[in-house]
Amino acid sequence: MPIDKRVATAADALQDTPNGAVVFISGFGGAGFPNVLIRALRDCGPRELTIVVNSATHRFSYTHELIAAGMVRKVICSAARGHDKSGLSPFELLHKEGKIELECIPQGTFAERIRAGGAGIPAFYTPVGFGTNLTKGKEVRVFNGREHVMEEAINGDVALIRADRADRYGNLTFRYAQANFSPAMATAARCTIAEVREAQYDPLPQPEIQVPSVFVKRVVAAGEGIRP
Amino acid sequence: MTPLNRFQMAWRAAQDIQDGMVVNLGIGIPVLAGDYVPDGRDVFIQSENGILGCGPLATPELAHPDLVDAGSRRITLRPGASIVDSASSFAMIRGGHIDVTVLGAFEVAANGDLANWDMRVPNKGPLVGGAMDLAACAREVWVIMEYNTRQGGARLREVCSLPLTAVRCVTRIYTDLAVVDVTTDRFVVREILDGMSRDELQARSGAKLAFAPDCGTLRAPPLGETT
Repeated sequence: MPIDKRVATAADALQDTPNGAVVFISGFGGAGFPNVLIRALRDCGPRELTIVVNSATHRFSYTHELIAAGMVRKVICSAARGHDKSGLSPFELLHKEGKIELECIPQGTFAERIRAGGAGIPAFYTPVGFGTNLTKGKEVRVFNGREHVMEEAINGDVALIRADRADRYGNLTFRYAQANFSPAMATAARCTIAEVREAQYDPLPQPEIQVPSVFVKRVVAAGEGIRP
Repeated sequence: MTPLNRFQMAWRAAQDIQDGMVVNLGIGIPVLAGDYVPDGRDVFIQSENGILGCGPLATPELAHPDLVDAGSRRITLRPGASIVDSASSFAMIRGGHIDVTVLGAFEVAANGDLANWDMRVPNKGPLVGGAMDLAACAREVWVIMEYNTRQGGARLREVCSLPLTAVRCVTRIYTDLAVVDVTTDRFVVREILDGMSRDELQARSGAKLAFAPDCGTLRAPPLGETT
């Protein structure tokens, strides 16, 4: 049977997301947010999620809706500030009340922990964060005369990522700075779902492929997507 | 004796960016330095979201929603630019491939410790982004900040009072009153604002200052709100 990873709707792609899942969500700097998938996940309504996302909330993303809906138990991110300047965001409120767990880590460590997870490396040492509050209690070893902190890989159940084009095999391309965390997240999740502008039957030209099909399970065509 | 404004501080830092350098400019004042790199110096500006070769801000006609820098600004690309994913972008940063990062800061200690990410704002969540990666791993770390806090407190200190971003990393500080080098254990003033005495600068500091034998005058052309 010919391989075809394209599914009709975001809801179809997400309907089997279980309670307690670890969910990666791509996007940074205003580009690459899988907002159609985030909205669909909100509507599916799984609970007790751990979301792994660079910004706990971002003004161009709908991640805050998952948090406000009470679906999230834990956030792993590099920026945990609410985008609501006028007061406490739902995220900050829930965190203050102890209802949501937070792990804030340096952005490069965040990216590398995901990359390591996808590459079968359970842990690594990095000089980043040594001597700061964010690495308290972590194992330290000296290499080449410098202190390094041990960081563990992150693996997940589902990755929601945004790309530009896909083919039916699940190969992906990105536009400009859209890729950010998506390639690493695609490798580290058991089920990677890509929201794309166009999903074509015919194979993409090989030199253009930025994420190979093996890392992608489902593809949803969403045009230009949605933006807050 | 008018202190430098934010554009003039950025200009002064930009004069020290050398031909051929790869630099990362933090959000706020540092990113302004990209506009003031002297003509004839071929410089690549890296942004944490994976862009190597950021160009000027995009005009509305050229702006593309996916062509943004780490501060979500819609930008252009310079000739020879490339774009990679976040894991590769931080491989550039951690791997020592960035010559200089210019960062904003709250405090710097005499041993080069940097505090620039957590002001301990009550009830606000932490926001570290790529600051720790850049501060720990760029080959040089320059800081642009005002010499004193709005309340007059010292930002150049024996020991930082705010949570650290990285230890022993800052090599140079550009401020509205002075340019200061950070050696292994002390501050060395390189340039001081015309008309400001060494005693007054020392009085505004939280650590002992040394003055370079060739300590000069801090100057910048009229820029930004002064023009």
